[in-house]
Amino acid sequence: MSTVITERHTTPDPESDGHRTVGDYTLAEPRITCRHVNVFYGDKQALFDINLDIGQREVIALIGPSGCGKSTFLRCLNRMNDIIEGCRVEGDIRLDDQDIYAKEMDPVLLRARVGMVFQKPNPFPKSIYDNVAYGPRIHGLAGNRTELDEIVETSLKRAGLWKEVKDRLDHPATGLSGGQQQRLCIARTIAVNPEVVLMDEPCSALDPIATATIEQLIDELRSRYTIVIVTHSMQQAARVSQRTAYFHMGRLIEVGKTTEIFTNPRHPLTEDYITGRFG
Amino acid sequence: MQPQTLFWILLALAVYGYYLGRKRALTVSGGNIRRLHSLPDYYGYYVALWCALPALAILSLWLLLDDKIILQWVLAELPPTYRNLPPDRLSLTVNVIENLLAGERQASTVDPALAEAAEHYRQLKHLGYQALTVLVLAGATAALTWAQRRITPGLRARNRVEAVIRIALIASSVLAILTTIGIVLSVLFEALRFFEMVSPLEFFFGLHWSPQIAIRADQVGASGSFGFIPLLTGTLLITAIAMAVAAPLGLLSAIYLSEFAKRRTRAIVKPLLEVLAGVPTVVYGFFAALVVAPWLRDLGARLGLSISSESALAAGLVMGIMIIPFVSSLTDDALTAVPRSLREGAYGLGATQAETITGVLLPAALPGIVSGLLLAVSRAIGETMIVVMAAGMAAKLTLNPLESVTTITVQIVALLVGDQEFDSPKTLAAFALGLTLFVITLLLNLVALHVIRKYREQYE
Amino acid sequence: MNKTLETVCSGLARRRRREIRFRWYGRIAIFVSLAFLALLITSIVARGYKAFWQTEIAIDVFLDPEELTPPTPEHLARADLAGLIKRSLRQMFPEVHDRRRKRALYRLVSSAAPYQLRDYVLAHPDRIGQTVRLWVLAGADVDLYKKGYIDPEMPASERRLKDYQIAWLRKLESEGRLVLRFNRWFLLNGDSREPEQAGIQVAFRGSLYMMLVTFALSFPLGIAAAIYLEEFAPRNNVWVDLIEININNLAAVPSIVFGLLGLAVFIGWFGLPRSTPLVGGLTLTLMTLPTVIIASRAALKAVPPSIRYAALGIGASRVQTVFHHVLPLAMPGMLTGAIIGMARALGETAPLLMIGMVAFIVDPPQSLLDPATALPVQIYLWADSPERGFVERTSAAIIVLLLFLGIMNLAAILLRKRLERRW
Repeated sequence: MSTVITERHTTPDPESDGHRTVGDYTLAEPRITCRHVNVFYGDKQALFDINLDIGQREVIALIGPSGCGKSTFLRCLNRMNDIIEGCRVEGDIRLDDQDIYAKEMDPVLLRARVGMVFQKPNPFPKSIYDNVAYGPRIHGLAGNRTELDEIVETSLKRAGLWKEVKDRLDHPATGLSGGQQQRLCIARTIAVNPEVVLMDEPCSALDPIATATIEQLIDELRSRYTIVIVTHSMQQAARVSQRTAYFHMGRLIEVGKTTEIFTNPRHPLTEDYITGRFG
Repeated sequence: MQPQTLFWILLALAVYGYYLGRKRALTVSGGNIRRLHSLPDYYGYYVALWCALPALAILSLWLLLDDKIILQWVLAELPPTYRNLPPDRLSLTVNVIENLLAGERQASTVDPALAEAAEHYRQLKHLGYQALTVLVLAGATAALTWAQRRITPGLRARNRVEAVIRIALIASSVLAILTTIGIVLSVLFEALRFFEMVSPLEFFFGLHWSPQIAIRADQVGASGSFGFIPLLTGTLLITAIAMAVAAPLGLLSAIYLSEFAKRRTRAIVKPLLEVLAGVPTVVYGFFAALVVAPWLRDLGARLGLSISSESALAAGLVMGIMIIPFVSSLTDDALTAVPRSLREGAYGLGATQAETITGVLLPAALPGIVSGLLLAVSRAIGETMIVVMAAGMAAKLTLNPLESVTTITVQIVALLVGDQEFDSPKTLAAFALGLTLFVITLLLNLVALHVIRKYREQYE
Repeated sequence: MNKTLETVCSGLARRRRREIRFRWYGRIAIFVSLAFLALLITSIVARGYKAFWQTEIAIDVFLDPEELTPPTPEHLARADLAGLIKRSLRQMFPEVHDRRRKRALYRLVSSAAPYQLRDYVLAHPDRIGQTVRLWVLAGADVDLYKKGYIDPEMPASERRLKDYQIAWLRKLESEGRLVLRFNRWFLLNGDSREPEQAGIQVAFRGSLYMMLVTFALSFPLGIAAAIYLEEFAPRNNVWVDLIEININNLAAVPSIVFGLLGLAVFIGWFGLPRSTPLVGGLTLTLMTLPTVIIASRAALKAVPPSIRYAALGIGASRVQTVFHHVLPLAMPGMLTGAIIGMARALGETAPLLMIGMVAFIVDPPQSLLDPATALPVQIYLWADSPERGFVERTSAAIIVLLLFLGIMNLAAILLRKRLERRW
């Protein structure tokens, strides 16, 4: 016990100036680059100087105790923070070297490229088919009904839901089970054919079996999309991601290969969290 | 003794009872309050309630009934020439007696038998008050003594008092049901008397409305002048115009305010819109008659249209303005009830705000919006002052908004304002119209309230 | 760039335009609604504000001792006061001889002038025998002229005043005898057939008495019903559900139906006198009650259950818990709801028409059982009057009514802000 206390004592304060992220946050061929990102809600600062690259076709997990800013960071990546009044984002976030907060960048276009799956399954109160077809419809991705049918089928297949729902596409989506709803939301997201998929604790409202299905699905989706997943479960991060970033009180503490972070954390805070001392 | 004085004495007695009860409780407890079941105050209330409530019940019952009973006695003693009169003539006699009592007529100007009856009435009433005084005061004192005697340390005074409070609370909420029953009975009763004179078939399917002709008894029914259809079409025409104004304006304002506007804009504009709902309808009526109707008429004249100075358009337009905040606030409620996650889901797919609203939010909020519109329709149908002041009296069967039409409410007012007797079909027709109005709005309200309830449950 | 992206980009401009259009629809809707509000308010204020001023004429009256002694109310009621006023008018314009013109001359002053003379004599009996300068109400047409409603430039046949009348008025103006003054009569007088004498006193008192009755009944009854439904009533009970549905429905029943109820029950059944504030107040009580109940329930719901648990936990009975702890916390919300309900009742007209509060009443009511009118009803009555001067009065009465409604609503808002509690 006494060792713990001394360790705590020597823990560097994340709020002290000159904090630097442990580990290499740069990548050779990044899809998204974030530099010096600060986020404010009104007067309150939620994120402090985040630097992080996100690569092609990788799954990166954002972990950390609740309120650490991981969801806030995720929502910066497709400008979902825009709809929150009083939220201000500073810094430089680039998608394929385009500044996503630039004036000429249309958030609608951005969100078509960077899709998002939410914590709680949120199917629209429409039929299963219309849920998946909604994105392609608003973006005009399908020229005719056959094309649309095709998109819906492919998306549902990729989300692993096709077999379960192919006979009841016209049923209301709210009638599905929680796990099915979440897979439907994933199908809905990938129907727009995004480059990046953001997932905000996608399994937190699901039971273990549904969670396993979704995790398997994420693994399959990796071949086509870049996936950024926020999770509060370290096991999940270890299972699905290649890289992991650890957030603490609005700061990015450590980033690196998932295997390394979990076996050999370099920052004491990361270690405390991984070993379950807090969080 | 006058009932008013009696009431105050009773109240004083109750206060006295409170002190007596309290004191008695303290005495029986032997100075140790902890021996009592309840706090001493409750014993006071207990005695006071026993003292006041039964006596008050007697008092109010008496006041409610004494006039009617005494009148029966007096009438029974009138000479047979009066007693055997048909009911409507008899009521005239009663009027004479009442006028004598109120001092509006001198005894010398009427039949001595009636003057005598009035005098008799006055005596009976006086006697009645004396009896009442004795009854109430004796009853109250007896109850006070009895209740005070019953006080023992074991008496559960608090429970008794609280039971009375509970009953009072229940009675207050039952008043809502009584009001509805009162509405139904009062309107139904008179309406049934109307339907004895005019067949319901004629009323509900007749195409002609001119109650003025039917004042003479021999024309009732035969004249066929109580056809309700033109009133219904007039009402629906004005309602449709009002909704054509209020629905788009109210919906779009609510959508803009709840989805697009900044918080500060919303904080300013929303109360301003609600001012529109706070303006009394009589003011809208004045505005419609004085500003909108002449303006429309001039506009029509310039365009070569003949627009009546009491056109359905003017009344409907102004009614629509009145209903805007109604529609917008209910739409606003329905939109805010749509969970945030649905909004985010749509934005996350790259939907624009407009697409999110039309594609996701409005369909999700539809039940709430529809029921809001239904309530607005019910409101428009029952709206009175605007149409009374700005729509006409002519019961024309037309769907032309430029002409003058009349509505159910206008006719109720026209039939009931001014001198009235309860027996003429003209007056009774107003109650038949009232019943119809009540039923129509009741159905609309019930459907709307049911939908709203279901809708709320869906997202709660 | 992949194919999807290209497709999305190609539709983007069109979608942006649609978005902007959609926003503008909303803005236009709000603008139109608010424009109506502005038009409503300005058209009424523009028509009505002048009614708060009234033209008065200074006449030199010889207080003839022959006519005025003794200066007692009984004697003056019989004296020819109008004759004295006519005499002084003739002296002011000695050139008028023609009978028709004389009648026109007399109409320069209001028919209320003799009463003003009477009041003056009663107040100053010592002045009898002297010639005094008395400011009296001008006639309705003179008032219209002074306020600029009659255009002297128009052809004589199209205006209400002849050339010679305008000449008289110009003369009076040049002598400083024709002046606009604050119109206290409007606030002090009852109804009148003459616009210049008509006031809102009766209507004001009628409304006040009715509000007293309505508040005294609907507030306690509404609170009691709300307390029962929110705190004591069993959940999922058929009867309680019935009561709830009833209350919600009653809140949406047309007000005129409540008028029919009042007519049938209070007047027809209980035999209460027509046209009185008591019956009006009772009818409005039934109408307001659902609003008060709904608002009070919301206020009770906002009190967190922890407060109830705390009180119950130390052994308070449910009644004690509610009356000692929950009720005081919910009071501000309940009061706010009651004030808003009262404001609605104050502006209500239709049910009052049903119970006969549309009479022509000159004397202010002294009790709840004296006939009276109400402010909105007075507005309705005046709006129906053909005289030009009543348009101004109607608008002015509306201004007064709106002012009261504004004050009530403001009070409700302030109360809510002030006593708002956050848990």
